[in-house]
Amino acid sequence: MTGSVNGSIARNDSGARVDLVLVSEMVDRGAKVLDVGCGDGELLQLLSESRGVDGRGIELSREGVNECVAKGLAVIQGDADTDLADYPDDSFDYVILSQTLQATRRPRAVLEHMLRIGRHAVVSFPNFGHWSVRFQLMFEGHMPQTDILPHSWYDTPNIHHCTIKDFVQLCNVLGLKIEKAVALNAWGSPLRLNAPWWFWNLFGEQGVFLLSRKG
Amino acid sequence: MADVNVSEMPKASAVRDETRDADTPRNSHVAKFGPDKPLRLDAGVSLAPFQIAYTTFGSLNAERSNAVLVCHALTGDQYVVGAHPVTKKSGWWEILIGPGKPVDTDRYFVICSNVVGGCMGSTGPASTNPETGKPWGLEFPVITIRDMVRAQAMLLDHLGIETLFACVGGSMGGMQVLQWAASYPQRVFAALPIATATRHSAQNIAFHEVGRQAIMADPEWKGGRYHLDGSNPRRGLAVARMGAHITYLSDAALHRKFGRRFQDRENPTFSFDADFEVESYLRHQGISFVERFDANSYLYLTRAMDYFDLAADAGGVLANAFKATPTRFCVVSFTSDWLFPTSESRAIVHALNAASARVSFAEIVTDKGHDAFLLDEPEMAGIVRGFLDGAGKARGLVAKK
Repeated sequence: MTGSVNGSIARNDSGARVDLVLVSEMVDRGAKVLDVGCGDGELLQLLSESRGVDGRGIELSREGVNECVAKGLAVIQGDADTDLADYPDDSFDYVILSQTLQATRRPRAVLEHMLRIGRHAVVSFPNFGHWSVRFQLMFEGHMPQTDILPHSWYDTPNIHHCTIKDFVQLCNVLGLKIEKAVALNAWGSPLRLNAPWWFWNLFGEQGVFLLSRKG
Repeated sequence: MADVNVSEMPKASAVRDETRDADTPRNSHVAKFGPDKPLRLDAGVSLAPFQIAYTTFGSLNAERSNAVLVCHALTGDQYVVGAHPVTKKSGWWEILIGPGKPVDTDRYFVICSNVVGGCMGSTGPASTNPETGKPWGLEFPVITIRDMVRAQAMLLDHLGIETLFACVGGSMGGMQVLQWAASYPQRVFAALPIATATRHSAQNIAFHEVGRQAIMADPEWKGGRYHLDGSNPRRGLAVARMGAHITYLSDAALHRKFGRRFQDRENPTFSFDADFEVESYLRHQGISFVERFDANSYLYLTRAMDYFDLAADAGGVLANAFKATPTRFCVVSFTSDWLFPTSESRAIVHALNAASARVSFAEIVTDKGHDAFLLDEPEMAGIVRGFLDGAGKARGLVAKK
């Protein structure tokens, strides 16, 4: 349920994953951060090195957890769907869900918990509305497989796909404030900021959102 | 181990010098606390004078910030590194502690003390009661995990160490680590409790009771006064150890190591001789244990574990035991440990999360059962090293070259 389960994701010149750099730039320096589905700890390490955050992580896979702990990261084995309920209100500045939303059983409940535990949430996910996804389904007649969604339909951990448009709709239903939103194209570059939602929904391969509670 | 052919249970004639080691342990430092420094026990009485036997490895830095306290398990002692004076075997955690090892003695100042109630030089039931000149026996007050930790804190005061860089231990040692973090949060920078729990389960208390009853059923126990006439409830203690040892392993590990194989014979002897390798192995475990351990000490230390319940001490809410803790934690469990199963570690992690503590938690896959924490588990070594390295960085400790 991690970034690492998905395939090749664009990296910048210094080798950092572009989407993770983008996520990290949404986080204030020195903040207290919980990374849900932290994989091998790449984002936590980036956050601690570049933003000086006090980072914690939850990861489903035992291998991922043990790798993180051996790196000195504060990571525990746990499941976003069940274990977020154990965290007290307002215990973090940011709760991050990087490339994991689509793999949760109850994405809505997870999102609600994130904004109960943290003042802000950062969510990144593959956009199922991307033109290549639509193209494969419409013209080739099979479930789409892309660089960031490399799995076959029968063995994918990704069970709750959504489009950028769907996600915005869920945020509205939950009464969440979208503080920032960025769509990345297939090469990991942010799309034009002034582009309309339909453009992002068609050409953004991933969406990255900074959310907060309203009011 | 299985190739040791032991067909006889220990005999009363076996020689043992526990009284000597109980008062003046070999190859060990001893800190003595006079009547002016009593150890106040949970039982409501004070122990004075008393002494704590300990060993140290590596050197304390100028800032006194690199001390690592290693807490031993039920039947462990301060001989964590280096030969044991009784068994002559190597230290019980040499796999983890030493120069360049995960608990790096080139970097950290490692202290390991025998718990109060033990029998290797810290005051316990085998020690001489200064008031009578004879071993304490059952006159010794019942002690708790918190008492052990209080005594260790007095040892640190004695050594001039205000704050531990880390407190590390498995099983009963892990209980002490958790008690340290709960009792003295400002004195523990990093806590590493392994294969442990915040309370002893009913099943574990039950196993301990069987062990204690085995000792007490031995006619040589004599109401705990066996020291007075040179007898020793060896058979009872050996049976207690054999039973306990099964709980330290797993069905899979026993099957892998012994299966149903016969010991040095082709066919069953149709007797109660140790036909099976596993019987021979257990008998060996029992016999070698009584050579180095005091039966009354076993009663007291198992009791201390039974009484351990951190949540009860914190008004029933475990998270309150760690409220606003500044300590960083790394909790480790093993998949096949049924004595201190992963669910117990999860309860610790759950409470630490609720207390907003900085906590890591790793479960290691192994079939070696509870004993895995003492064995060569490369993944555990990597986790201990990584956690201490990370904590060392945060603490400003640099590796000595």
